[in-house]
Amino acid sequence: MMMRRGYNFGSLWDEMARMNKEMNRFFGHTESVSRTGVFPPVNVYDDGESFVVTAEIPGIDPEALEIEATQDSLTIKGERNPKVGEEGESFHRKEREYGTFSRSLNLRQPVDPDKIRAEYNQGVLEVRLPKAAEAIPRKVPVSA
Amino acid sequence: MTESTEQKEIRVRDKEEVKKEEGELTRSGVYYSPTVDILESGDAITLFADIPGVDKGDLDIDVEDKKLTLTGLVKNRDKRFKAVYSEYGVGGYCRTFRLGDTIDQSKISASLKDGVLTLVLPKADRLKPRKIEINA
Repeated sequence: MMMRRGYNFGSLWDEMARMNKEMNRFFGHTESVSRTGVFPPVNVYDDGESFVVTAEIPGIDPEALEIEATQDSLTIKGERNPKVGEEGESFHRKEREYGTFSRSLNLRQPVDPDKIRAEYNQGVLEVRLPKAAEAIPRKVPVSA
Repeated sequence: MTESTEQKEIRVRDKEEVKKEEGELTRSGVYYSPTVDILESGDAITLFADIPGVDKGDLDIDVEDKKLTLTGLVKNRDKRFKAVYSEYGVGGYCRTFRLGDTIDQSKISASLKDGVLTLVLPKADRLKPRKIEINA
């Protein structure tokens, strides 16, 4: 991905969305279930002070999740293991996906890696990335 | 069945939205069909459903006339949060299954952990494989 200086944050996500759309178009929207994309799909929110990255990863041991962050990137790694069928058990349906995953997100706006917190509740991983102080817009008081 | 030693990378699948005509949904909003694994053993049929984001209190399991319907609500994110980038939709879950005669509906049990619903549907006693003792 091209790195450009002075790129405002909103544009980074637009670019990712644009690339995603182009990739989908390139590979074609087919009837098949899996699409090109990295697991887990993420949503990113902004609450003013932090970015919040969420991902749905049900049924894993949060201790086995590896989350690494630098000032401008976030990496989520882990593995989803299947429930092993026991003797005499057979699958009627097997729809859930299993395997290893490793995903990195580039963050153009700097965050404070020491203050990053992650929570895993009801199968949803939520990573809160407080913006680095200089990235938070400041209100400038006007003296009369 | 041979075991593969290489690590399999997990695939992404798009969430499948439930078509409006299919479900009997009392609340408006987006609903997705949860992915499930269904296992059969001698004693029971076990169903695992991925329903991340659903609290126990927002999960409804309804059994009526051989139809089992799962409905789970997912709370909406805090309105203060501005969505900056979105790869997946957030919404409830709904899916219906037809139960055969083999299931003892009164003994169905459910548990929810880390976004995975485990439903155990015990087989009716008369259908469990039984070993017949042979008297000498």
